[in-house]
Amino acid sequence: MTRAGGVGTGRPSGAPKKTPADECIWNRVQQVVRWVQHPHVRNIDKGGVPLSKYTTVFGSLDHFEKGGVEVINDDPKNYVFSNMFEVAKGSKPWEKVAVAKNQEYVLEAIRAEGTSEWRVTPHDEFALVVDGEVVIELLAPTAPLVDPGASGSRAVKGEPEGSPMGTVTAGRGHMTLLPAGRCYRMSAAKPSVVLLQTIEGPDTILRWADICQKF
Amino acid sequence: MSNESLVSSGEANEHGYRPFTLGGFHFDRDEHFVHITWPTGRHEAAIEPFLKALMRDVAWNFFYGTVNFDAVIGTLNHYGNVDLFAGRFNQAYREAELDHTENFPHDEIKATFEAMLGDWVNESFDPFAAPQETGSAYGLKSGANTAAVTRTRIAANRMVGLPDDEPLRSDESGYPVNRMFADVDQTEPHVEVVPGFESEVSAFNFFAYLSRSDVTWNPSVVSVCRDSLFCPTTEEFILPIIHGNDRVEWFVQLSDEIVWEVEDRDTGKPRAKVIMKAGDCAAMPADIRHQGFSPKRSMLLVWENNSSELPGQIARGEAPVVPVRF
Ligand SMILES: [Fe+2]
Repeated sequence: MTRAGGVGTGRPSGAPKKTPADECIWNRVQQVVRWVQHPHVRNIDKGGVPLSKYTTVFGSLDHFEKGGVEVINDDPKNYVFSNMFEVAKGSKPWEKVAVAKNQEYVLEAIRAEGTSEWRVTPHDEFALVVDGEVVIELLAPTAPLVDPGASGSRAVKGEPEGSPMGTVTAGRGHMTLLPAGRCYRMSAAKPSVVLLQTIEGPDTILRWADICQKF
Repeated sequence: MSNESLVSSGEANEHGYRPFTLGGFHFDRDEHFVHITWPTGRHEAAIEPFLKALMRDVAWNFFYGTVNFDAVIGTLNHYGNVDLFAGRFNQAYREAELDHTENFPHDEIKATFEAMLGDWVNESFDPFAAPQETGSAYGLKSGANTAAVTRTRIAANRMVGLPDDEPLRSDESGYPVNRMFADVDQTEPHVEVVPGFESEVSAFNFFAYLSRSDVTWNPSVVSVCRDSLFCPTTEEFILPIIHGNDRVEWFVQLSDEIVWEVEDRDTGKPRAKVIMKAGDCAAMPADIRHQGFSPKRSMLLVWENNSSELPGQIARGEAPVVPVRF
């Protein structure tokens, strides 16, 4: 974790909003008032002053730090521990590599780079962009292209026939619904990463021994 | 609070708090402690961590598997009925045969715990809040915080932000950006919809949504792929319970860092520490219990399998302990 900025003793000049420093002074005033009113009650403030500025750390292809399993009495393989950015870094564009699996359900880390094939999904999928920017085109096929009872998305040969539904331009932290029965195609001008909530399908890649902590 | 008729309680004590009884278990609170007795023993715990644990147990409807309030007291969910136990997952209590378990219909224990929260949480205390965002839980009875203890758990049917589904969060709807997420980009995705497809072409800023969460350690359902539930949550300080899994659960760390202490589910013997940084993915096996420590407020994606087949598989011992073998 990285923390930037000092403790909340400095007040940004001209800031109209109540800053942590203001809060702190106000708390102090209230504390003195309470102390005068109730001299037997001491130390009724909230303790130390919080940081004035916090930095939220996200990962990316270019910069991520990986944690890990520190074993006391266990096998680290039990935790199936990987890092999605490390996985995407080692993947070819649009490879669907499972980074989590719970029975038939999977989360796939996808390296988005260039333009993907068209795919069709039998059930809702959810694409969370975790690095970069991804454009997602959605299309309603004229005729059903997949059995609604099937699991996992599959590739569509060539350009599917149907009606365009719309386009989403998703940046880091944005989640997009990939609706059941519909087709989608993604593109990314720069290498990006998508975390896909889906079900294991014909194109899901399972390479646990390559991506997970073993020792 | 609901189902007051199922609650066995009495007159307030000299500290202003009502006692509660569930079968052979009796609960009393004073300025500092909860005092719990059962036919073969007693237990004292500081009231603040107890109320925070009680809040999670109620809000999560007894969750998946075991909710340990501490090393002695907790609940085990059988989905329809619930065990309340003392020392059941504590090796010393087990070996001394001092452990005690009673089973209650779901509605009875839920109503009792809700009534306890309603009476024991004072006006200035929010059991869901981070330590620096709430007043104290201690002291004599002083009002109530009904709004905080009756928050409904957010559960999207399909995805947050869709028409007729759970709404996005905003300043206007009472969800300001948390002080520790002030730097999180609030820009929404650019969405172009062809008329007629408004209910299907949808996207939202998931990180901004989380940055506006007003609670800690309280997963809510954000997207649903059949029985696969994305249950993200924002975490700060310590998970108020020690969660004993009955099924495999997954964690995806979306921002910052959490350290998990992992112990054997039944004995409490330490097994591992799992350090999770942004982008890390890790499974929690079905035979462990775990407690998380988050120094800065962080975004954690808890990923659950809510299949109705699982309780049966768990009861028959058929549910896998680890998600994959390699
Ligand atoms: Fe858990």
